[in-house]
Amino acid sequence: MEKIIMAKTGNESMAEAMRQINPDVVAAYPITPATEVVQIFSSFVADGLVDTELVLAESEHSALSACVGAAAAGGRVMTSTASQGLALMHEVLFIAAGLRLPIVICEVNRSLSGPINIHCDHSDTMASRDSGWIQIYSENSQEAYDNTIQAMKIAEKAFLPAIVSVDAFIISHSMERLEVLPDNEVQKFIGEHKKPYDLLDVDNPITLGGLDLQDFFFEHKRGEIEAMKEAKPIIIEVGKEYGEKFGTTYGFFEEYMMEDADFAIIALGSTAGTTKVVVDSLRKKGMKVGLFKIRVFRPFPFEEIKKALEHIKVIAVLDRVDGMSSFGSPVFHEIRSCLYESETKPVITNYIYGLGGRDIFPKEIEGVYKELEEIAEKGKVKNLINYLGVRE
Amino acid sequence: MKKGWKELPIGTQITKPGSSEEFKTGDWRTEKPVIDFDNCIHCLICWVYCPDSSVNVSDGKVTGIDYDFCKGCGICAEECPKDAISMHSEAEGE
Repeated sequence: MEKIIMAKTGNESMAEAMRQINPDVVAAYPITPATEVVQIFSSFVADGLVDTELVLAESEHSALSACVGAAAAGGRVMTSTASQGLALMHEVLFIAAGLRLPIVICEVNRSLSGPINIHCDHSDTMASRDSGWIQIYSENSQEAYDNTIQAMKIAEKAFLPAIVSVDAFIISHSMERLEVLPDNEVQKFIGEHKKPYDLLDVDNPITLGGLDLQDFFFEHKRGEIEAMKEAKPIIIEVGKEYGEKFGTTYGFFEEYMMEDADFAIIALGSTAGTTKVVVDSLRKKGMKVGLFKIRVFRPFPFEEIKKALEHIKVIAVLDRVDGMSSFGSPVFHEIRSCLYESETKPVITNYIYGLGGRDIFPKEIEGVYKELEEIAEKGKVKNLINYLGVRE
Repeated sequence: MKKGWKELPIGTQITKPGSSEEFKTGDWRTEKPVIDFDNCIHCLICWVYCPDSSVNVSDGKVTGIDYDFCKGCGICAEECPKDAISMHSEAEGE
């Protein structure tokens, strides 16, 4: 099969994947820095390249509500947003997940106000982490493209909605080499649209969104929780099939030089790419360092992560979001919590970095690895929770 | 026995039309209306005003209250022109 090599930004890559998926409905309210996704997709609609009904709503709340309606009616549905947009969708996120609707959001990770900012951090998707949506983080444009295609298939197999995200500007607006699959291969891969039920099936009428009080709400939520667990093997299966067909296999996480590593950094998104450069340079100097990149944060693959990290001596979790007085930030406390179950209990520290799009440099990451080495030598952690790259 | 989570259809669907009839909202009531049929003139004002369609009527005559769905709002007692409906505390068991 011939892949087409293109130069595309993260936003363009996700829009391209959306074109190839050719959803029945896209309802959106474009927002910086994800504006281009909808803008480019709307040109596909105008040019007749897709069969999509494009609904330009008056807000993100309405956009996702329209998506819920369209998906409940049996359509294949996608949208795109970022930051405040995802925040405005917040209550509808829970509804989409509760109704088990396989909607896919192409999301660009941007800081939540205030103060107002348009650049990258993970406060938006992390604020939605317990909404019942599958969350897939992408390191670069290629992953954004691959993840979008896989997310559609995963969502329709698990009957759960999914968010695919990329880092604002760093990826969303940076042009990179992109391998694009032929249109028909994408269609073949995602297959015929599957729906959990059909609101328009008049012979079998159903009611959705009924008042669900003390006597049934808990049972419905319990079923939704189980669906998240059941999504795990689906994600692995889809990632494997993607690899068999197109060359790159995807899992819950990527392990870079982790096999014999003593010191590991855990990161999500574009920082994983920067960290790989640092790992390469420190390895040349003989330091046993590795990178553990989390791709799937929801459902959280705790057993797999525990197993993968048990042999590491000291770990640093880089969080591009702060937990605002929680004990460390979201990725840190989930990793730490699952390692509590391990026999070896590696030492684990937290570095909060890059809020509001503050750049992170290889030198800073190198400094983190050095600190991990120091912790191993002294057998003592100076600060469990650290702030990287902020002026004192 | 109500269904457990493993038995429920996906996505909170309600697959049976009119199933709200099975949801007895009468247990929300703290006071219940009682009709004094000696004074009732079957004007049906209570039937008109009842927001829950919980006044039972047969052949144009009031026959009683549907306690499965009456929430005890007391509108019937308030509107009754003959004061033939009185509200009684559920706590008193009457």
